[in-house]
Amino acid sequence: MTAVEVQNLVKNFGKFQAVKGISFSINEGEIFGLIGPNGAGKTTTLRIVSTLLTITSGSVTILGHDMTKQAGEIRKLISYLPEDAGAYKNLTGRGYLQFIANFFEPKQHREMLEKGIKITDLGVRIDDRVDTYSKGMMRRLLVGRALMTNPRLAILDEPTSGLDVINAQEIRKLIKNTAQSGTTVLLSSHNMLEVEYLCDRIALISEGKIVEEGKPRALMEKYKARNIEEVFIEVVHE
Amino acid sequence: MSGLSNIIKKEVRELLTPATFLPIVLVALIFGALGTSIQGIQENAQAPPMIGVITEDTGSFGNITSTILHTHAKVVYNATLSSDTQTGLTTVQQKNGVALIVIPQNFTARINHGEPGTLEVFWVMKGAGVFDTIPSSILESLISQINTNISRSLIKGNSTKNATFVLTPTQSIQTTYFKGREFVGLSPTVIISTLSQQSLLIPIIMMMIIIMAGSIVITSMALEKENKTLETLLTLPVKRTSIVTGKIVAAALIGLLLAVIYMIGMGYYLNGLNATGGAGLAAYGLVLTSMDFVWIGVSLFVTLIAGLSLCMLLGTFAKNYKSAQTLTFPITMLALIPMFLTIFADFDTLPLGLKIFTFAIPFSHPMMAPRLLLFHDYTLVIAGIVYVGIFAIIMISIVVWVFKTDRLITGSTTKLPWLKKLFVRRRF
Repeated sequence: MTAVEVQNLVKNFGKFQAVKGISFSINEGEIFGLIGPNGAGKTTTLRIVSTLLTITSGSVTILGHDMTKQAGEIRKLISYLPEDAGAYKNLTGRGYLQFIANFFEPKQHREMLEKGIKITDLGVRIDDRVDTYSKGMMRRLLVGRALMTNPRLAILDEPTSGLDVINAQEIRKLIKNTAQSGTTVLLSSHNMLEVEYLCDRIALISEGKIVEEGKPRALMEKYKARNIEEVFIEVVHE
Repeated sequence: MSGLSNIIKKEVRELLTPATFLPIVLVALIFGALGTSIQGIQENAQAPPMIGVITEDTGSFGNITSTILHTHAKVVYNATLSSDTQTGLTTVQQKNGVALIVIPQNFTARINHGEPGTLEVFWVMKGAGVFDTIPSSILESLISQINTNISRSLIKGNSTKNATFVLTPTQSIQTTYFKGREFVGLSPTVIISTLSQQSLLIPIIMMMIIIMAGSIVITSMALEKENKTLETLLTLPVKRTSIVTGKIVAAALIGLLLAVIYMIGMGYYLNGLNATGGAGLAAYGLVLTSMDFVWIGVSLFVTLIAGLSLCMLLGTFAKNYKSAQTLTFPITMLALIPMFLTIFADFDTLPLGLKIFTFAIPFSHPMMAPRLLLFHDYTLVIAGIVYVGIFAIIMISIVVWVFKTDRLITGSTTKLPWLKKLFVRRRF
């Protein structure tokens, strides 16, 4: 089944066109990466898919639900991790996860909280206030929050942004495991190695347009490149 | 460029934004317009009072009294028989006068016999604001001048009466008519002073709740943006109306709690004031019933929701904690203006423009309600509740609509480009 279907998506901010008629689809259980430089339209696309921004034209369908008509239904199925997200500073890590779990079915609360605590792996610090957390701890908390709700579609904007090598590696493993348990993942990243490691398929986006799409290995073969970074440079310079 | 001037330049550019100045400019314009209107009210009030005079006494002291009144006041009714009192009162009321003064037949004779001459003053009270006391105060000073002139005449005539009598040879019996009621023995100044003390509580409570709870709502929105929690919240399975209502209700509860704490102290203070003076208006049927308190409660509740919805809308413009502080200013002013208006002027005696302005501010209604309910003026109270209810519904609808647009995330909406131009901060 197709989890995400984006058709001729256009997004204008006044006179500026951030997304210029892109189309792509993601199969259920797949990890799909949107790759591109700053200002290419990655975050705008992810914000549209996560129901935060409206569509100028085109269509977006998430797990059979139309974005413009069924945004409320879509929010029950997705989980969005913004690139520079934060948490409520007056809460503890546990309190924050509990606050998020309370938006879902009561019978799932306990299971979600336990899963969230396990993913964050913050140990005793889970009961400390969020404003005492380091950047890495905060990101782990937010990744835990995003994945603990068992979303059918996880939308992750630069999931390892600002993390050190070890923390980033753990988060990548978590994402991989989440996809193996059936969650579809749509992520964006600057990190081409991360993309190569994580994604089943990728779309290269530049100046609001998708310039290439396919499996990482197939694209590397097509452009006779050693890695995705070289593919990207080759495609953009064409 | 030195380090200091570089910092000053950056700070000035950061602070010099339409979002900072627009609320202040609007408030300055409102105050300017208010000042002009209030000046008009004061000038009208300070003009020579319009009165009616019935002079039954033809003696020397009656003449002194009549001359002073005719010289310093504008006499709109003049008669010589006390049987004309009712006609005189009707004429004074019709001509927007202040009072009818009767100089009785025995006025001079009583003074000549060493007894105070009694003036009968029938006041026609128009409003219960502080400004409404000005015409009656002018007339009271004229009555005092009459007393002084008669006293001077007695001294010149080498009166052998005792000094206390010579210094106060007159007295007055006062009756005030206001909103179809008769207050025997009370002057408008005493009534207005008592009413002001009694109806001061609600305006202060309302002002405190609005300022406190409004600030909470605006800051809450600003912190959601500053702490980068808003995007996550908006993608959770919760309705936009629940987010808006949740924030408003929470702020209202905290605002009420803070107001209760504040009012415990203020209650003691006002009880102290009431204990020190004022007339017992309960004897004249001017008491709030338990049903009246229900009306006040409904008015307060609806206004609180309307006010906080307005704050929520302003909060959507707040980018961070700093800009939220600026945005609380217009709310504070909107709470202060009706508070002062209800203390200084009566809604009934305001010029039409100010009446519309006062009615349009939602916060005015619970502030005006106690005084209106004392005089059983339910129409204006109910009209106020209906208006504020509609205002609240419109505000909440606008806020929910804003929550459904891109403006919360991008700081602008393509549907309102002029708003974007107005509120987007200049880049350094």
